[in-house]
Amino acid sequence: MGKRAPGRAGWSRPLAVTLAALLLLAAGGCRLEMYDQAHVRPLRPSTFYGDSLSARPFIPGTVGRGESGADSIDPVSNGGATLSGMVTDRADQEKAALGADGLNASIPMPVTRVLLMRGRQRYDIYCSPCHGRLGDGQGMIVQRGLVPPPSFHIDRLRQAPDAHFYDVITNGFGIMYSYAARVAPDDRWAIAAYIRALQMSQNATVQDVPLQEQKRLQGE
Amino acid sequence: MAQIFHPSTNTLSRVSIFGILFLLVGGLFVMAEIYRSPYVTKATVVRDQPVQFSHEHHVAGLGIDCRYCHTTVEKSSFAGLPPTETCMSCHSQIWTNAKLLEPVRESYRTGNPIKWTRVHDLPDFVYFNHSIHVAKGIGCESCHGRVDKMPLMSKANTLQMEWCLNCHRNPEKFIRPRDEVFTMGYVPAEDQSVLGPKLVHDYKVNIRQLTNCSICHR
Repeated sequence: MGKRAPGRAGWSRPLAVTLAALLLLAAGGCRLEMYDQAHVRPLRPSTFYGDSLSARPFIPGTVGRGESGADSIDPVSNGGATLSGMVTDRADQEKAALGADGLNASIPMPVTRVLLMRGRQRYDIYCSPCHGRLGDGQGMIVQRGLVPPPSFHIDRLRQAPDAHFYDVITNGFGIMYSYAARVAPDDRWAIAAYIRALQMSQNATVQDVPLQEQKRLQGE
Repeated sequence: MAQIFHPSTNTLSRVSIFGILFLLVGGLFVMAEIYRSPYVTKATVVRDQPVQFSHEHHVAGLGIDCRYCHTTVEKSSFAGLPPTETCMSCHSQIWTNAKLLEPVRESYRTGNPIKWTRVHDLPDFVYFNHSIHVAKGIGCESCHGRVDKMPLMSKANTLQMEWCLNCHRNPEKFIRPRDEVFTMGYVPAEDQSVLGPKLVHDYKVNIRQLTNCSICHR
């Protein structure tokens, strides 16, 4: 320090320091190029397609990788491919998703405890706001003014085939929108199974209890 | 020969020598503080949105699960922003004349998405995946704060790297049972110093791996 560097006659020290400081300040601007890179993150706008959407709707007939056939990717966004999730080819999708029995189909997988627990979880997320945790159609949104959906504990719905619930989740019913974009096909069956459990919970007789437990129940 | 400098110059020069030091250190400190301040990080700063959507009302008031709208949070890097259709599931029926909701109805009519302002925007050089955090028992609340107490959305945390590392170095302090991931206002059932390490072990969280550069910068 203190000794002047030789051979720098053209630059006075204050000028050099000021210049260096300015350069340093300018370097602070560099970071933004790494912050905002050219690739697209989900739902970030894009000017490429003209409608400002970077997330493209499915082309009709799209099948997800690793998923098999029509039961895999949700039929609605599969066929409809719009923001409003309109169904375009309902009959075809239904046939493909529900199999030969169509709307009379039963739950195609074994109804296990795991499936029921999954069904309960999904039901509580997507159905309970309106249908209520009990399935009585008295959910919180109903208490806030929505037209009450029918209770699951009426004869018509007790007798409805499993596929009816799958169908309603997939395509909506009355004022209920389609939940196909929110609930995956397997989860729809899980929810149907859980609705069956809910129905039984509100309409069980002593005969439904296993024989061993029956005795205990009547003894008490 | 007359004195050129007044005797007080001695003091002055000493003060300025130390002063420069304090100025430099102080300047660095101020810069660091500014960098961590809401002015830069936008933490706790409410952003303007096309619709004044209240998480408080929908989460605390109505008890709607996070996943009702953020449907892909369990299976994708992106938690998912609901399409207008999700809003209209209820709002085609209730509050149908509310002026507040006109942008929602317009979006539904025209098919043009609502242009929300991103509140949590990580730099593009960061790889972040929601699904792995959810699967390993990190609650929404741990990063997003008490969303059920936010009438208008703001970031609860800076999302700066030092903040990420807080947890990546000590996940046992924040981990919770998978069943409680979506709970707001979660209180551990037992002491976190006991429960935390147990969950880290049960969920196979590899702590040493969590601070690899390539975990987040890939």
